[in-house]
Order: sequence, then C-alpha cells, then structure tokens
Amino acid sequence: MSLTTNNRIAVNTRITTTESKPVIGLLLIVALTYLVLFLGLPLYAVFHEAFSKGSELYWSALKEADALSAIKLTLLVAVIAVPANLVFGIAAAWAIAKFEFKGKSLLITLIDLPFAVSPVVSGLVYVLLFGAQGWLGPWLMEHDIKLIFAVPGIVLATIFVTFPFIARELIPLMQAQGRDEEEAAVSLGASGWQTFWRVTLPNIKWGLLYGVILCNARAMGEFGAVSVVSGHIRGLTNTMPLHVEILYNEYNFVAAFAVASLLALLALVTLGVKSLVEWQAQRSGEPLHGAH
Amino acid sequence: MSISIENLNKRFGDHVALNDINLEVKSGELLALLGPSGCGKTTLLRIIGGLDVADSGKLLVNGLDIAQRDARERNVGFVFQHYALFRHMTVFENVAFGLRVKPRKERPSDAEIKRRVTHLLQLVQLDWVADRFPSQLSGGQRQRIALARALAVEPKILLLDEPFGALDAKVRKELRRWLRQLHDELHITSVFVTHDQEEALEVADRVVVMNHGKVEQIGSPDEVYATPASPFVYQFIGNVNLFHSRIHSAWTEQHGDAVAYVRPHDIDISHTQQDNEALAGEIKLIRAVGAIVRAEVAVAGSDELVEIELSRERFDAEPMVNGDRVFIRPRQVRVFE
Repeated sequence: MSLTTNNRIAVNTRITTTESKPVIGLLLIVALTYLVLFLGLPLYAVFHEAFSKGSELYWSALKEADALSAIKLTLLVAVIAVPANLVFGIAAAWAIAKFEFKGKSLLITLIDLPFAVSPVVSGLVYVLLFGAQGWLGPWLMEHDIKLIFAVPGIVLATIFVTFPFIARELIPLMQAQGRDEEEAAVSLGASGWQTFWRVTLPNIKWGLLYGVILCNARAMGEFGAVSVVSGHIRGLTNTMPLHVEILYNEYNFVAAFAVASLLALLALVTLGVKSLVEWQAQRSGEPLHGAH
Repeated sequence: MSISIENLNKRFGDHVALNDINLEVKSGELLALLGPSGCGKTTLLRIIGGLDVADSGKLLVNGLDIAQRDARERNVGFVFQHYALFRHMTVFENVAFGLRVKPRKERPSDAEIKRRVTHLLQLVQLDWVADRFPSQLSGGQRQRIALARALAVEPKILLLDEPFGALDAKVRKELRRWLRQLHDELHITSVFVTHDQEEALEVADRVVVMNHGKVEQIGSPDEVYATPASPFVYQFIGNVNLFHSRIHSAWTEQHGDAVAYVRPHDIDISHTQQDNEALAGEIKLIRAVGAIVRAEVAVAGSDELVEIELSRERFDAEPMVNGDRVFIRPRQVRVFE
C-alpha cells in the first residue's frame, strides 16, 4: 500500500518540475524577439549604413589618414593595457586565492571598483590627478611630462577601466583549484618559478585566455574614460570609438559607420574566439570557471 | 633517517594547533599520527614536510636541525589526501616531475628518467596507465600514482596525509595492506596521518594518539589499545563503557569522584549472579554481528545502557533473548580520576 503512494508522489513531482510546451514556446519567443530587436537589428544597421554608398567609399573611409591613426592608437593601447592587466591579474588572483593576508577583502573590493564607477568618473580622476590644474599637474609640467590629452593618459585610463577582467576571471578558478598541486610541486623540489610555469599557469590557461579576450574587447572599445582624458586631437589622441563619434557629429555617416563596423567586427571575432575557448576548455576537461 | 621533534608549538591566531609536541620517529619505521579532526596531526605533518612553519621548537632529522630549510630542500616525499596530481600532465609526466625540475647538473638523462619512472610505475602496479591523465583514473589508482611520484625523488622521509581518507572502504583496506607491504620492502621512514583507528592499528609500527594539539599517548598498536594512558585514548580507540564511582563504588574500588572504563568485551554476562559485585539488569537489544554478539543491557535502578560484546561460542553456551533478566560483571576495569 505504502509503495503505491510513493509512486504516485514521484509521478506528481516529475510533472511539476517541467514546464508545459506553450510556456517554453512563449519564453523562447520573448528571448528571441528581444535578441533580434536589441542586438541583431543594430548590428545589421551598422553594416548596412557603412556600405550604403558602395564599398569604394567604405574602404576610402578606412584608409583615410586620421582613421588609420585612430586604428593604430587603439591597437597600441590594447597592446600595452592587456599585458599590463595580464601580469596584474595573475599576481592579484594568486595572492587572493592562495594566501591569507590582512586586507584581502579590501583588495577584492578595489579590484571591482572600475566595474562600480562610471568610466567618465575614472577619466575625470586622472584629469584631477595629472591635468594642468590637477594635484600633480605642476610637477609634471616642470619635468615636461604630458599625460593628459596625450597617449599615456589614454593608456592609463584604459588600464584602469579594464583591470578587473582578468583578475575576476582567475580568482574563483584558482580558489577552486586550491594550493595542493603547488605544494606537491614544491615538495618534489621545484622552485617557485618552476612551480608557476609548470603547474600554476597550465592549470589556469583557459580561464586566463578567456579573461584576456574580454579585457582586449573592452580595451579597444572603451569610450567614456578615454574620451575625458584624450582631448580628441585628430590624428594624435583619437581612438576608434572617439573617431566614430567625431565623424558622426560631422554628419559623415558613411565614414562613421565604416569605422564602427570594424569595432562591430571585433565584437563578433571576440564572441567567436570566446566560444572556441569555452569549447576547448570543456573538451580538455578543465573547467573555465571556479565552480564545476 | 630518524626524526626528532622537541617542544614544538604552533598557533593559528587564537587557536593552538600544536602544544609542546615531543616525538621521536625511529629510522625505517612506519608511524601513525592518530586523532580526531582538528587535533593538529595534519599541521604536525605539514611542519615536518616544510609546508608550514612552527612558531617555536626543534625539528631534527638525523640530529640535524632542518626547521629553517625550505620544503624543496628537505628531500621529503609528501602524499596528499586528495592526491594533488598535476591535472594537465599524464601519469608518466606526473611521476617524472620531481626528476625534471632538478638543477641541470643533477638532472638525469631522458633515458634514465624513462627507466626510473617505468620502474616506479611497476612498483605501484600501474605501468599500463602511463599515458593517461589523472582524471581518467580511479581514486585508488590516483593515490598509488601520487605515491610513485613522491618516491621518484628518492626521499629520505615519506609523509602521508590521510592517504586513504577519500577512498571507499574496500579500496581503503586493500591499499593500506599494500602500503604496509611496500614499506616492508623499502624501509623508508614514514609518517602517516589518519583519523581511522582501525587503519592506524593495522598498518603502523607505532601509533601517536593526539588530541587538542597534544600528544596523549605513544606506543605500539597493542599498547594503545590494551593499556590506554588517558580517558581520551580509551574512548577514541575502540568502544568503552563508563561507570561513575558514585554509583558503582564496588567496581571502581574507590569512593572519590572517579570513572571506571570497561571495554564491551571485558564484561561477563550471565543469567545467574556471579558474585555480589555483579549488577542486575535487563537485555534491551541483543543481536549477532558477524563473529560476535552485541548486547545492550539496562542496569537496574539507573538509565544507563551498557554495551557488551561476547563471542558466539559463549552465546551458544547460554543463549539469551531481549527482555532477559541478567547479571553483568567486569573482568577488567581501568579507573581514571
């Protein structure tokens, strides 16, 4: 008798844990409509507008001197900011995940700061610090060092805005992996350096790559913070997003969307590489994120 | 290699992990550190291995103080509870790791590394998994690989932290017998940590019982079982019944505030009163468990339940059932004040 009651309960719970078909369909339609409306359509618009006056005009907009220098500056900023945050991210994640020290939670909070602060504000902080009227402005002027409205300021602002990406990716991963393997390596006679290269780094490689991709995408696409410190000097301190804005404000829509299409392309490539990394990590059985 | 530990202390904040530990590990012996979780046994092992640093005290290996030496210079093999195999390396590379990270001058040639790794894998009977990754092995296999990896650098001392703790009961039994055999072949000074008394008693030459950061007793497995030095050891190793002297003064032969400890198999049980020291009671539960028969007896006039174990032969000679009125009498009593 009691057996049949149990069975009935089991059947009931199975029914209540799955949604009915119409509900699933409705959820799917809502999600897809949202995607098309807010992601697909704008993406299509960018490329449509860029090629609206033919591909010749498109290419000439990209080959124009100011556009080229904006592309170069964007690449330069990424080439400096990403490795800087790579080193910082690994160091911070290692310290937080594998050691106990005072002020650890403060460090974690500070790493999150750029996510919490508006990019414009982070840009303004640099102006306040290093600008002509800023705290360190007079000293920098005396020594003929120009940070604000110059390339170094753009690099600094970009590093600030992008520094959580790699650290945030690595901390949960390294915390989940624990210290056991490193301790085993040391007890087997490995030096700190050998332990890092042979044990720690291979264990975090997929998570690290994932963080680098996201960091790079943001470094190239950052607008707010860079806009404040750049000064918008054509051919000198314009990154691609800033260049797009200037062209757009001059009603040069084809050129604006042509440069914007490069950024959109970068986003697509980033997404592609990101899924590739996720797929590879899954295939090799090494979890990308901390939780299994 | 003998290890001698003198007046060792270690705190983690307010928590005293090790309190004035004195201990000798003889050359070539297999010593077990036994105690409940949080008793400091793992901390002690990690300090010997150089993975933790003591606050004060001496750590001598063959008379030489090694307290200031790095883990990598101590020549100690360490086996972890959760294996700690390098997940991105094959089994072969895991075992070869200790040889590959040696300074160039001491590093063996590739052919020599291959020979030694193959030999070690044969020793742990796993040479056929050399090309697999740790995730493709069972728990027991992983721990054998971890042991082979630790042995690859020819350590003077082998330290094992709950080596069988993460394995299921059957594999654990197999593996500990195998470890004992391996130790008899290699005679490497070994210390292993366990919270499982059966494991410690079965495998070790000597057992160190620890509690709250202190050593409670050091002795052979038989000594710590048969003549426990403290109430803690009595209760931690094997089952025991407690009798307070205020109630059972005849048993403790003492009238102060003392407690008598009696093992379940050291109590006689019978339908007839043995002598006037015997206590009357009623059998609440009696059942055969394998080779022995277990009984729970409620002593008349108190709410205590006494656990008793008797052999099947004894039970067959005088069968009993639940509810029988019986008399119990201890054969052997140990009194602690």
